[in-house]
Amino acid sequence: MLDNILSLITFLPTIAAVVLALFLRGDDAAARSNARWVALLATLVTFVVSLGLLFAFDPANTGFQFVEEKGWILGFRYKMGVDGISILFVLLTTALMPITIGACWNVEKRVKELMIAFLVLETLMIGVFTALDLVLFYLFFEAGLIPMFLIIGIWGGPNRIYASFKFFLYTLLGSVLMLVAIIAIWLEAGTTDIPTLLTHDFPSAPITVFGFEIAGGIQTLLWLAFFASFAVKMPMWPVHTWLPDAHVQAPTAGSVVLAAILLKMGGYGFLRFSLPMFPVASELLTGFVFFLSVAAIVYTSLVALVQEDMKKLIAYSSVAHMGYVTMGIFAANQQGIDGAIFQMLSHGFVSGALFLVVGVIYDRMHTREIAAYGGLVNRMPAYALIFMLFTMANVGLPGTSGFVGEFLTLVGTFQVSTLTATVAATGVILSAAYALWLYRRVMFGPLVKEALRAITDLDRRERLLFAPLVAAVLILGVWPSLVTDIVSPSVAALVETVDAAQEAAGLAPAEAAGPMAAHAAPLPAKH
Amino acid sequence: MMSADLFTTLPEILLVLMAMAALMWGAWGPGARIAPVLLRLLAWAMILVGLGLLALGGDGAQTAFSGMFVDDFYARVVKMLVLVAAGLVLLVGEAHLGKQNLLKFEFPILVVLAVTGMMLMISAGNLIGLYMGLELQSLSLYVIAAFNRNSVRSTEAGLKYFVLGALASGLLLYGASLVYGFTGTTDFAGITQALAEGARSLGLVVGLVLILIGLAFKISAVPFHMWTPDVYQGSPTPVTAFFATAPKFAAMALIARIAFDAFGGMKIDWAPVLGVLAVLSMFVGAFAAIGQKDIKRLMAYSSIAHMGFALLGLAAGTEVGVEAMLFYMAIYVAMNLGTFAFILSMEREGQHITEIAALSNFAALAPGRALALLILLFSMAGVPPFLGFFAKLEVLKAAWQAGLTGLVIAGVIASVIGAFYYLRIVYLMYFGPETEPMESRMSPTARVVLTLSAAAMLLGAVSTFGFEDLLAAAARSLVQ
Repeated sequence: MLDNILSLITFLPTIAAVVLALFLRGDDAAARSNARWVALLATLVTFVVSLGLLFAFDPANTGFQFVEEKGWILGFRYKMGVDGISILFVLLTTALMPITIGACWNVEKRVKELMIAFLVLETLMIGVFTALDLVLFYLFFEAGLIPMFLIIGIWGGPNRIYASFKFFLYTLLGSVLMLVAIIAIWLEAGTTDIPTLLTHDFPSAPITVFGFEIAGGIQTLLWLAFFASFAVKMPMWPVHTWLPDAHVQAPTAGSVVLAAILLKMGGYGFLRFSLPMFPVASELLTGFVFFLSVAAIVYTSLVALVQEDMKKLIAYSSVAHMGYVTMGIFAANQQGIDGAIFQMLSHGFVSGALFLVVGVIYDRMHTREIAAYGGLVNRMPAYALIFMLFTMANVGLPGTSGFVGEFLTLVGTFQVSTLTATVAATGVILSAAYALWLYRRVMFGPLVKEALRAITDLDRRERLLFAPLVAAVLILGVWPSLVTDIVSPSVAALVETVDAAQEAAGLAPAEAAGPMAAHAAPLPAKH
Repeated sequence: MMSADLFTTLPEILLVLMAMAALMWGAWGPGARIAPVLLRLLAWAMILVGLGLLALGGDGAQTAFSGMFVDDFYARVVKMLVLVAAGLVLLVGEAHLGKQNLLKFEFPILVVLAVTGMMLMISAGNLIGLYMGLELQSLSLYVIAAFNRNSVRSTEAGLKYFVLGALASGLLLYGASLVYGFTGTTDFAGITQALAEGARSLGLVVGLVLILIGLAFKISAVPFHMWTPDVYQGSPTPVTAFFATAPKFAAMALIARIAFDAFGGMKIDWAPVLGVLAVLSMFVGAFAAIGQKDIKRLMAYSSIAHMGFALLGLAAGTEVGVEAMLFYMAIYVAMNLGTFAFILSMEREGQHITEIAALSNFAALAPGRALALLILLFSMAGVPPFLGFFAKLEVLKAAWQAGLTGLVIAGVIASVIGAFYYLRIVYLMYFGPETEPMESRMSPTARVVLTLSAAAMLLGAVSTFGFEDLLAAAARSLVQ
């Protein structure tokens, strides 16, 4: 059973999708309801099986576990496995998918196709986090564009055509450069097996291209090609412009998946490939990443301030929060990477919840314009509470999961670059500004708008959807070691190999300059 | 000796005899009624000959008629694919031809003759043999392009194809004469030997380039692609389907044959030429397809772009490159068979239509077919997990291995541009504006071909059942 558990988790949703496609006929109310229940059941079963995976997982083992390997086409291997870095992303995906299905429960247009699209998408997303062959990874990574293109295109808003094309082509352009790099790696190392590649020493001697000397040589070029793909996916400033469009036009459930899971593929890619495979290039380009991250945190927070569309505001806030993630990853120390993973998981719950929050009032009023609301607290007390909780989590209030990730990434970055951490810390203030201002404009004040007088509070389905998210945000906020216990050993091993490689290349490891090199646990520094 | 030669060329002789017998039967037999029977008979004959060729041919190599005809494993594999593709195109097109009142008994005969020409091209061991095969193929194709003689467009297509094709043949022949002049032989083995003895000269390079130009016309590589959109659009759709599949594969195989068998010693001359053709084809194919409103024209530009990718494999000039080219072409042919099986079924009020706009909201009418087409389109765009992605991956890998870094980067960028127009069809089918609905009436054969080709693109990513090993062996037999 455990031998094939990863394949089982990955392909269970697809099996359900095939069942739906082949055996569900008609488009009456009963068929639509059946489609929803089949999808919900499939995602719930997948989640339960993945919980089993978590219990069987041994955090102390920093290698890959539950490894499966079979022959595949063209000499590639079908190889799956998880380690401390990837397992929680699998869990994040399987945990959020039932909520996503619940979020589109009221959609009445082509329900069967929507469920199939989400189920196939789940398979592809889990595959990204479990693939241990570079080409297999790329396959899952890219194939996810197809269902998402259709979800935005078919079930999206008025400007969905533009948004879906932009989403697809933008991300495709980023990814094909990674494909070129994958080919180069394949021919350079003679394999596409990820565990082998993680120990492969890619040449970092300077080379000259068109008369320019490139420090870090081939590593730098490969790093940049991977960066093109992951930075777009993440998305990092200035290649983030597809995200607000995609979010605004996507249906609520699509936005939830996009923000909560798809964006994490970029961060996962940095952790899985860029940092361990190209340590020298990562060290050389740390400043570059820090600059982009800080620019994202400050600039997109400011942009978020002036948004008039709620979804757009949250989309920009996502870009800002992803800035902490990239910053933490390339700080390349225990706290930074722990924090980055934590931030990604937390953001998965928080941003998913925020898009649901917007979806609740959009379903009722069919507008996302902030100015169309005001004083909702008078009619929707339960909603006000939920909205407040996730706003606070987004701001990073201590006690919510948002705080831990931001704090750890700032601690990690501070050891490498005080300036970066200082500027990034202003993002905390800015995020409080836009998030609280949004909350004030939508919820507080007198209820003057005529259209809002009959608005109803959360119904049972919505409460059910929010309940697990509230629990996740609060539990992770007060008990962060739930996550760090699982990721820390793998992260420690990662940091160690990266440091060793950087030292071997004559670069001072990032941590050596920091005052807390020896501390593995997240301790606040007092100077 | 003579009997051995005849035995080696038995498949070609069989096909020609069948074509002759069919011609007699058609001319003196019961007339138009037998056309459908004849079409099916000849189609299945081609498929059976193709499969038999591979099953019974073994893996040895022999030549016939003093080296004029080469029968090696490479030739057998490519012939098998060409024959099967041609047979399927005939079967798929039957219903459409009948509806358009074009189902005359000459049609399948001409196709069989064209295919025989292709087989001679694939097996060419001599420039004269090559030219004869090429002309047998081309002349048959000119006629079937103009097969709908009551249509101005079809006649125009035939004429255009003929004039430009004749020009290309002339260039090729001139190149061949230069090669003969500078090496003293038209035999591939003789050219190889002369090159080994240091015969490479400017005149020979010019001859080689002219030959390549002539063949570039046939695969419609940019800048020799001008005829393609008009001919694709003007010809009856079953003919277009045929143009897009078997002849392309045969001509590409011929380029590989001549590059490796005859001019193996001049790789430094032909590899850059093919590289330039590849890059131009990829970009022109990608850009020009964006504005197309007619799906047959779109498929013309799409095939130009695909030829660019296949040429990229050849431009690598290695065994891996040939294997990648074969893999690419086989998948390209499979995708085109499925797509054209669908295009043939596009109708409105009983009339065949080819506007792309008619596909608007097609997914709501026929979800199954729309899904099959979606798979084929994404596969053509090279998006994983479909087999089209692996075809591109192999080609890019071969080119990268040969050090063609710039071409690889150009190739992936062209593939992103190309993805746009495939996406546009998907967008129309799944969330396009409401328009007048289209009908899609498919014969059972067409439905089977569409389903099979879409399923192959999807399931091929799980297992290719040793298909790539077959192609690898074929490539090895060409490049020794």
